[in-house]
Amino acid sequence: MANELKLYGVTRSPFVCRAVIALNLKGIKYELVVEDLSNKSADLIKYNPVYKKVPVLVHNGNPISESLVILEYIDEVWNGVPILPQDAYEKAQARFWAKFMDDKCFPAVFKAVISHGEEQAVAEAQEALQFLENELKVKGSKFFGGDNINLVDITATFVAFWIGAVEEALGIELLPKDKFPKLTEWSDNYVNCQAVKESLPPRENLVAIYKKRFGKA
Amino acid sequence: MAGSDDVILLDFWVSAFGLRVRIALAEKGIHYEYREENLQNKSPLLLEMNPVHKKIPVLIHQGKPVCESNIIVQYIDEAWHDKSPSLLPSDPYLRAQARFWADFVDKKVYEAAKKIWMTEGEEDRQVAKKELIEVLKVLEGQLGEKPYMVGESFGLADIAMIPFSVWFHTLNEIGKMNIERECPKLAAWVNRCMERESVSKTLPHPHKFYEFVLEMQKKKGH
Repeated sequence: MANELKLYGVTRSPFVCRAVIALNLKGIKYELVVEDLSNKSADLIKYNPVYKKVPVLVHNGNPISESLVILEYIDEVWNGVPILPQDAYEKAQARFWAKFMDDKCFPAVFKAVISHGEEQAVAEAQEALQFLENELKVKGSKFFGGDNINLVDITATFVAFWIGAVEEALGIELLPKDKFPKLTEWSDNYVNCQAVKESLPPRENLVAIYKKRFGKA
Repeated sequence: MAGSDDVILLDFWVSAFGLRVRIALAEKGIHYEYREENLQNKSPLLLEMNPVHKKIPVLIHQGKPVCESNIIVQYIDEAWHDKSPSLLPSDPYLRAQARFWADFVDKKVYEAAKKIWMTEGEEDRQVAKKELIEVLKVLEGQLGEKPYMVGESFGLADIAMIPFSVWFHTLNEIGKMNIERECPKLAAWVNRCMERESVSKTLPHPHKFYEFVLEMQKKKGH
């Protein structure tokens, strides 16, 4: 039976990267279909008519959109390294933190970036990130998932890798080590995981993109 | 056997998000203690159980809190997986669809609907109305000829959306619109869901919600 798997995306997207990490973590073979987001393909619009965004995972012609939905789908269809905990309560906690990251952290960080590190925007971003810092402190483990990475770590890829690139590109400081010792340590450990390392885009590419897009004239 | 003190729900009577949880608990026949929160004076328990958002609903099961309504509904399905009915399909692709559409309600319906009574000025209101109908029509597209939002069974996506049907009367009055006429398939779906006791016995009467919104607007000096 044909088992066709395509991932529509762009390598600079932290959301697409989540799906890439999950697929690599499970050792799943897939085809990356690179999109030009300024000229979206007919296929992308067909597969994600509601949002017309990447990533979209297409499995045997069936499209799945929204990165967190994709992560859960990958975990349910393919065995191997688990992405979500087995226990119902632990699962709910993982989903809570993943949602918190997308609902609160990412928008706040994005705002801080497009404002070129305006004081209030940075303060709000750091307020959101502080919750993650505290969660790591309380857990006392290497990753949000414990000894191994899980849904929450994967969702937080933008914190571990994208924030650093943006800081360099714009010359701003979002995640200082003295304020966020746990997140800093977690970031170093996270980006060195095999599945993560092989999934991340080259950092200099991101820096160049952000210098161009968000840098001051 | 678990007693009702095993399950506590911190909620607010008219919250669409809290209603999702109440419907899910009713579907599974789970006994629980309902605690009404005064959102102007939140209880210490709420602040302790949801320190991040300080919001309802919060389900407290055996002393441990679960927050965020769609997450709570999935938790209920998984923690009581031995009780029927299932609130999510068993097929992974349909489960993904259920999660996608439950999330769509959060991202699109809630925001578009709130704008109807929060915007001032006729022009802005017309824009808000157009936006809302567009969003509801996307839901109708997903519904198609199916009885429920995803697959053939009532589940997560329906539970996510059905509490907002309580808002229709209010939206129609304040927005001077007719949602049922513009979205007949959605209206039929609402009636179908209301045939389920878990829905009809849980949802407050739409007129009560209208009174609540009018009170809120009065307090804000509208």
